[in-house]
Amino acid sequence: MFFSFAVRNLKRHWIRSALSIIGIVIGVVAIASLGIMGNSINLLVANVITDVGDTIVITPHTAIGGTFAGDPRTAVDAAIPVREVEEIRRAANPHRTIPVLQGADEVEFGRGESGYTQIIGLASDDIPILLDLADGQYPRQNQPGALVGTYLAAEYDVAPGSRLTIGNESIRVAGVLAERGFAADINPDYAIVVPDGWYESHFGARDTYPMVIVRVGDAEEIDAVKEAIDSRINRREDIVDILDSRDMLRQYEEIYQQITVFLVGIGGISLIVAAVNILNVMYISVTERIREIGVMRSIGALRREVLRMFLYEAVILGLIGSIIGGVLSTAFGYLISLAAVEVFTAGTTFGENITVFDLSAVGYIVFGMAFGIGTSIAAGFYPAWNASQLAPVDAMRQK
Amino acid sequence: MSGEPILRFEEVSKIYPLPAGDVVALDLVSLTVDPGEFIAVMGPSGSGKSTLLNLMGCLDVPTRGKIYLSGQEISRMSDDDLTRLRRDRIGFVFQQFNLIPLLSAVENVEFPIILTTDREESRRRAIEVMRAMHLNDALFTHRPAELSGGEQQRVAIARALVNDPDLLLCDEPTGNLDSKTGTAIMEILAEENREGKTVIMVTHDPNVAAYARRTIRIVDGRLA
Repeated sequence: MFFSFAVRNLKRHWIRSALSIIGIVIGVVAIASLGIMGNSINLLVANVITDVGDTIVITPHTAIGGTFAGDPRTAVDAAIPVREVEEIRRAANPHRTIPVLQGADEVEFGRGESGYTQIIGLASDDIPILLDLADGQYPRQNQPGALVGTYLAAEYDVAPGSRLTIGNESIRVAGVLAERGFAADINPDYAIVVPDGWYESHFGARDTYPMVIVRVGDAEEIDAVKEAIDSRINRREDIVDILDSRDMLRQYEEIYQQITVFLVGIGGISLIVAAVNILNVMYISVTERIREIGVMRSIGALRREVLRMFLYEAVILGLIGSIIGGVLSTAFGYLISLAAVEVFTAGTTFGENITVFDLSAVGYIVFGMAFGIGTSIAAGFYPAWNASQLAPVDAMRQK
Repeated sequence: MSGEPILRFEEVSKIYPLPAGDVVALDLVSLTVDPGEFIAVMGPSGSGKSTLLNLMGCLDVPTRGKIYLSGQEISRMSDDDLTRLRRDRIGFVFQQFNLIPLLSAVENVEFPIILTTDREESRRRAIEVMRAMHLNDALFTHRPAELSGGEQQRVAIARALVNDPDLLLCDEPTGNLDSKTGTAIMEILAEENREGKTVIMVTHDPNVAAYARRTIRIVDGRLA
């Protein structure tokens, strides 16, 4: 009865109703598809980051210590002296300590192609522990050979057996590294890895390392090892920052979570605008029907029945808007995610097999729809409440 | 009935507080209405006729004094209880007809009982009452805007009678009608009264008041 009444009133002012529905649709679509977009960025990042759960990364202490290794603010010329590296090795014993040398030089790939490339120097026996091969062999102890990151190899058509010129020195390519992704420690996909002996003779021995990696076999022991290193090296002053890959993963997750919250927040604003529109529509509806409300009250409609009738109107608007919005955001969200993946993985092979549209994306659609219905009811409640509280005599006096 | 008056006012006052000072709309009014009466309430505009009718119809409660409807004291009742009294015991007929524009004629009539009765029974009862008002079946599905004034008022009377009320209250029922249509409406009200319905009607038209068997005159909020 009151339901069909609400439907009729919405039909009577169908343009007005349609406009409010459009408002809700936009709000729901915004909130859901931005949520999906943020979510797929998260998924993508989670996919791209290699989860080396048993790695501790030690970097020189900087004023803004405690951030992840890639933070551009840490790009200061600081390094860990070899003496401290030995201390770390002792503290981390029996776990393996891997000092990392990092630099850059101009590299010629043959056929006249060249460019500046990151060069990573590692002890020969550390290389197989840290990195996997896609092709070729690890360089042998006393025979210099380079390992080329997978993207670099693909881009310049480098294969085991080819020769590169780093600076002025020629070196044979021993192997091509497997795709490693964005890891907490080193990111060799676009780099060249050489044995430390070759590195030092090429760049000149410096006795300092920009980064030390400790591989801890058992994830349970990570905290104990970190503690041991910290108490040994940072006893008097902070010399190094000690992070494990879980910390970094957490930091990345936090950052991308914040992006998602921010995006959903923008969607939320448009839904609030839609809610204000519903409030306005409901207010007009109540105001122009004050007399009618008075009549209904005088012939026996209870306050709560009047309240219900107007709430139905808000619910119907919210429901229709949210359903349409849900359907549209399924489509939009999917397209937006595809676009986002494309932007984020341009030029790489990451994300080729990533399904960006998973269960949590459905969650955002449901959330958007629930939020749409919720705000509609909330916006409809105040005018409906006002309508129900009118004294019948006063209401009927209105023209 | 067991001699119990259907309506009893005991020194009822209604005062509207306004910024410019209180307005006394009714001043110590006492009266009784017995079952089966047909009463016309007359008086100049602003005399308190409408306030009196609103109090009789449980649309408002008195500032002071007591009102008994079939022995029940209404001035301390909650809004919901007053609403249920209006829904089950009282029928209203207004000068402006006050039909609900969104509802068809028959839906208007069944409105008061569909709140308590099932759909089929409500519809059956509504049609029965509308036929008794000499309304053509073809008009039942029309919206109020598609009906003439006389038809609208007959629909309104059907709506007022559909719950078989103890009391039928009419506020200038012929005020918006030409005299011929008005006469037809008065015949319907007189017929209802002959069949035992208690009718109280506010009017300032002596010809209309002549249908009533008792006239209450009110001036400046007091019975005259």
